[in-house]
Amino acid sequence: MNLLIKPFKIKQKSVIPGFGITMGFSLTYLTLLVLIPVSMVFLNSAKIGPAEFWEIASSERVLASLKISFSTSFLAAVINVIFGLLLAWVLERYTFWGKKLIDGLIDLPFALPTAVAGISLTTLYSQNGWIGKLLAPLGIKVSYTPIGIVVALVFIGFPFVVRTVQPVLESIDLEVEEAAACLGATRFQTFYRVILPELLPALITGFALAFSRALGEYGSVVFISGNMPMKTEITPLLIRTKLEQYDYAGGTAVAAVMLIISFILLLLINIFQWWASNRHKVS
Amino acid sequence: MERNKKAKNILKISIASLIIIANFVSFTGCAKETSKNRGDSGEAKSVTLLNVSYDPTRELYQEYNEAFVKHWKEKTGQDVTVQQSHGGSGSQARTVIDGNEADVVTLALAYDIDSINKNKEILSKDWQKRLPHNSTPYTSTIVFLVRKGNPKNIKDWDDLAKPGVEVITPNPKTSGGARWNYLAAWGYALRKNGNDAEKAKEFVKAIFANVPVLDSGARGSTTTFVERGLGDVLIAWENEAFLSLNELGKDKFEIVVPSVSILAEPPVTVVDSVVDKKGTREVAEAYLEYLYSDEGQEIAAKNYYRPRSEEVIKKYTSQFPEIELFTIDEVFGGWDKAQKEHFDDGGVFDQIYEK
Amino acid sequence: MAGSIPIQIKTAKTTPAERRAVKGSKIVPVILTAIAILFFILMLIVPLISVFAKAFEQGANLYFASITDPIAWKAIKLTLITIAITVPINTVFGLTAAWAIAKFKFKGKNVLITFIDLPFSISPVVAGLIFVLLFSTSHGLLAPLLNAWGLKIIFAPPGIILATLFVTLPFVAREIIPLMEAQGTTEEEAALTLGASGWKTFWLVTLPNIKWALLYGIMLTAARSAGEFGAVSVVSGHIRGLTNTVPLHVEILYNEYKFSAAFAVASLLTLIALINLIVKNVAHWKIKQQSKI
Repeated sequence: MNLLIKPFKIKQKSVIPGFGITMGFSLTYLTLLVLIPVSMVFLNSAKIGPAEFWEIASSERVLASLKISFSTSFLAAVINVIFGLLLAWVLERYTFWGKKLIDGLIDLPFALPTAVAGISLTTLYSQNGWIGKLLAPLGIKVSYTPIGIVVALVFIGFPFVVRTVQPVLESIDLEVEEAAACLGATRFQTFYRVILPELLPALITGFALAFSRALGEYGSVVFISGNMPMKTEITPLLIRTKLEQYDYAGGTAVAAVMLIISFILLLLINIFQWWASNRHKVS
Repeated sequence: MERNKKAKNILKISIASLIIIANFVSFTGCAKETSKNRGDSGEAKSVTLLNVSYDPTRELYQEYNEAFVKHWKEKTGQDVTVQQSHGGSGSQARTVIDGNEADVVTLALAYDIDSINKNKEILSKDWQKRLPHNSTPYTSTIVFLVRKGNPKNIKDWDDLAKPGVEVITPNPKTSGGARWNYLAAWGYALRKNGNDAEKAKEFVKAIFANVPVLDSGARGSTTTFVERGLGDVLIAWENEAFLSLNELGKDKFEIVVPSVSILAEPPVTVVDSVVDKKGTREVAEAYLEYLYSDEGQEIAAKNYYRPRSEEVIKKYTSQFPEIELFTIDEVFGGWDKAQKEHFDDGGVFDQIYEK
Repeated sequence: MAGSIPIQIKTAKTTPAERRAVKGSKIVPVILTAIAILFFILMLIVPLISVFAKAFEQGANLYFASITDPIAWKAIKLTLITIAITVPINTVFGLTAAWAIAKFKFKGKNVLITFIDLPFSISPVVAGLIFVLLFSTSHGLLAPLLNAWGLKIIFAPPGIILATLFVTLPFVAREIIPLMEAQGTTEEEAALTLGASGWKTFWLVTLPNIKWALLYGIMLTAARSAGEFGAVSVVSGHIRGLTNTVPLHVEILYNEYKFSAAFAVASLLTLIALINLIVKNVAHWKIKQQSKI
């Protein structure tokens, strides 16, 4: 707690009131709802001692599941950045029929319960599903393979990229682009040299959001992944499996590993964002 | 205009805070009410039981609860409501460990009920001796569900280990039903190879090499097989196989009965600490005992569980084919041992998967 | 960044045609739009349609029977109660946290923001687990307290609400913090120097500026509260008619081989989501209209 009080004094003077009360409320609420519950994971995994903790965390199955979770989440986030940027671009820059509808529906993956998403994606992409049927002759299997996991993760993650990129794209003046074009830049150059640098922080944020959301995703993935140990078993499922076996120590240990990773990841994003916006201000 | 907007905003906030307060009040109110009910439920006119069960018993207990409510009303004049909770057997046991106040548990295997006592003893250690037949009023076994016409010609366990056959079964680590599947296959292999554990391991490994999807629960596997059209054969509870046949199409699937299988015993018991606290012991015990009555056995048989009662089973002989059944105690020396050897982390099942 | 954009300068001849080049020739936008729409249809519209197609597979009668089923109604009621509690609380939290973070400079800001983000990236399974570790009556940290007072948190509505509060905590804060930071403090400072009170400044200066983002955050919170599955499933206990929310009810129906009914109830959730989106879009459009005037 002392650590947290320190910044109060270091806080720069401001005419704006309400720091004490808003900060106080926020910290209390965060402590009660996030810090204490989350610390339970560490408290419980501390019970088993570092040696055993390490043994659990570095066991083959846990490592395999982490590898699957990370690689599929990363791939999904990359796809989301590409298509999210494309969607945002199209929505902001072009006019076409049905644009409003698309814009309005982008948030659907946020709103749709993950279990529903999982069930309907599995139905669609399994060998006898609407899309799976078309892919089967090409020898592409989606449901019950890592590709299926990626599909589910793309689905739940792409609004993040669209929604972080869109406002920035909106705020970039068309005139800047026009100026670049006037100066003789090709369209690609304009995009690459003028727009992309502006968008980069938003893209990275969107990527990171999609990535970290994908890492923890459970509801939609369990239906489509096939859950094969070492092959398509994601880490959250492994935690659940351990709990189902009454292995609370093991489950919380893996949960702790995931928590640390998420925390570091998020911290990096936030520092990066802060750095990007500061750099922006200076320039 | 500006002032109007401000007023609107203030109105919004006050409505919001009113909602919060109202909700909190109503909630604490609710909580008090229920605790009051609970307090004097012993003598009161109505009583509520919570039955925490596993996935495939939904239909069984839906029917049985109605029958028991009627029976109890006739016998004592008391109204009883039975609340049901279903899920994977292991996760259901876990909710009871963590404080889900179940009056009775009716789970897939004895190990899950034993585990309820793992952290804190909330039910008597010799619970399995309290009711006849190891506290299992009905049994089941493991059979195969194949597609109509049996295109892969699956007759027995050996056919599941053949290359090119896709087998659907849930994950034994998360599903109680899948553990029975696994042990049935293992028991068959032991019997065939003169109790050679190495050979049995090879055999089970070959079967699992044919498994393209490991769902976390028995119901998930059935859906994968039936709805997604994946796999050539589903290893399933006998009752689940019958149920999916009737619910989802007799024209699409058929049941294949292997030569040897395991006697699956899903046990039931009263959770002592809960019934004593709630004062529901009498009705909870009656609830479980009534499962052994003719009516209870009849309902079990109707829902494709093999009844214990000789008389009832005679009526249903056509439904339940004769299979040579072994018990888990005979072949594996009980659940505790089987669990440790096969399904705990680092056990045989893990070895099969980790090379 | 200044000067880091060395655009190759051709001998400039900027005809109006070239100026239009920014908006592009006809082909590129068409291709880009086509790809985007294709992606959109494949990823979003098809799953959406499939939900409704499955829901009506066995006719409208069954559809309405499954959504008017009393147990379904109890699940809907519980979900609505959950939304009614989580949305106001997390909105208030979001506003206060955003005020503290965006309008002041202090050390450890990044850490604080990270903690606010944490529930968002924590796996729902872990989110459920932490409340079990806290409130389990056998080995939870608060077990002695709960047993002494006879309280039930998990496997009862309070546990579901807590888990939902946790999962939806970041949305409002996350939506408005960047905006408030971008807007800076000059407007507020001006208002304050002119003698407005802190409250007044917030109501008249800050709030109108963040209205849309706030609404968006609220919409996300409501949507997630309605749809959360993983975390709620761990703490719910799955008691029919008591602790089943709508998504859990969907799962139950699905597990009872009532696929059409499951999708029917799921379509109800989808409809709620769609209405949510419409409200948000109308608001967005209105605000844009206002700002034009």
